[in-house]
Amino acid sequence: MEEQQNTRAPEPWPRKEMFEPLHGKAESRVDAILLLIREASTNLPGDVISSLSEQKAKESDGSQAQRALGIILENIEIAYDAKTPICQDTGTNIFHVHYPVGTSTIALRNEITQAVRRATELGYLRPNSVDSITGKNSGDNTGIGLPSLYFHEWEKDHLEIKLMLKGGGCENVGAQYALPESRLGAGRDLAGVKKVVLDAVLQAQGRGCSPGILGVGIGGDRVSGALLAKEQLFRTLEDQSPDPLLADAEAEMLEKSNQLGIGPMGFGGATTLLSVKMAKMHRIPASFFVSTSYMCWASRRKSLVLKQDNTYIIE
Amino acid sequence: MAQTITINPPGITEEQIRSLKKGDMVSISGIILTGRDTAHKYIKDNFLHGEIPEAERETYEGLKKFLHGGILYHAGPVVLNDPNGQPYITAVGPTTSLREEPYEYDVIKHFGVRAVIGKGGMGEKTLSACKEFGAVYLHAIGGAAAYTAKSIRKVHGNFKPEFGTPEAFWILEVENLECVVTMDAHGESLHADILQSSSSAAKEILGGIH
Repeated sequence: MEEQQNTRAPEPWPRKEMFEPLHGKAESRVDAILLLIREASTNLPGDVISSLSEQKAKESDGSQAQRALGIILENIEIAYDAKTPICQDTGTNIFHVHYPVGTSTIALRNEITQAVRRATELGYLRPNSVDSITGKNSGDNTGIGLPSLYFHEWEKDHLEIKLMLKGGGCENVGAQYALPESRLGAGRDLAGVKKVVLDAVLQAQGRGCSPGILGVGIGGDRVSGALLAKEQLFRTLEDQSPDPLLADAEAEMLEKSNQLGIGPMGFGGATTLLSVKMAKMHRIPASFFVSTSYMCWASRRKSLVLKQDNTYIIE
Repeated sequence: MAQTITINPPGITEEQIRSLKKGDMVSISGIILTGRDTAHKYIKDNFLHGEIPEAERETYEGLKKFLHGGILYHAGPVVLNDPNGQPYITAVGPTTSLREEPYEYDVIKHFGVRAVIGKGGMGEKTLSACKEFGAVYLHAIGGAAAYTAKSIRKVHGNFKPEFGTPEAFWILEVENLECVVTMDAHGESLHADILQSSSSAAKEILGGIH
């Protein structure tokens, strides 16, 4: 096993087909959504795989950090080949749906729910929906508020469904700060934002399954800011904020976070985060929230583009 | 110098555990039990206050068989059934252990658990249980669920299926399941070390942000 890992690292990753988008024609929208769920659960986005592979080469030889990244890469390949979940915590199933004018969101809601039930039966998703008071598991990933659905009408004539599977370990280390934050000396400015971002990474340690990706939502209210932070996790790792100030802050906070030395799994090492993604929204004068959403290395995000004739692209 | 030691639950001796040091690797072959949030609460509510409720006695005896000298794995697997109705596991990485911190000292003490597998490490109370009773915390690779599932030879059923798939106690036969000792029986914790070093680094970095 050790030898195998050594021949695999560093780049190039030998499995080009893992990076290819999936094309085809589905029997129905439910089938296409089911395929989206399968891809999200079993095949990590190519940019994340490449980044993990590059970071493995940067960790010192023989370290626990390097061993952890080696196992992570091996795990990704096993899951891809066997079409089994990359991580058993298939998390909250978050769907962002862009739909053409005239499409029924009631129908889409039913179809997504059907696909989620089917994906649970097939083992792409773990039964993960629990009554908050009785603790009873619904057994099929549905429940009050689950799956998590966001609908946005648009003027294009095709459907786009973005899916994120967000596990509990990383969700639990997300945070929300109200500036000013005296413990950290964080004021109501960009420097203050950076300080609380660093603190969020420090507090998370390895518990969010580092190396992770940190989404940051600046401003808004407690709800909209948190949503903004989480939406950043749909961005590719290469993507930079269109706002030059935030683009610089993203790069700076990635570098500074990695200086903390928390490393993969919190074992110590050079790779604590793979990326920092920031976005801002307006706020009311009295409130200045900074919300963070942490995504584990198993950053399971895929998007489905589905045309009227049910031809699809999943990537 | 880090070493790799083989341990065979549920027959692990205190001596074996005391010989392990933070940073060592262990390879596990034997039978282990999964248990997470509901499982820990159940143990606390039913078994840690004297009299064992009659209705729970059979489960108690079953758990004891695997936990005494055994390993408790913080995990909630994805389980499917083969055509013969035999359960098999496709994904079973560790879950965050810190949620069990309020319970683990007593669980280790009561059952004589020799090792806990999870991710993220645990706190001082569990560390003191490791030292007092001779146990270690073993770190698996969080998220590496398909990799970990490869080490499972057989699923020998479960206790408390009514808790739901992730929360039931699953009885797993494993072979060469590799983990790192991050908290040993001598009071040493890699998690405490990293928290300390990263906190010092953060203090310095924060001072440079203007």
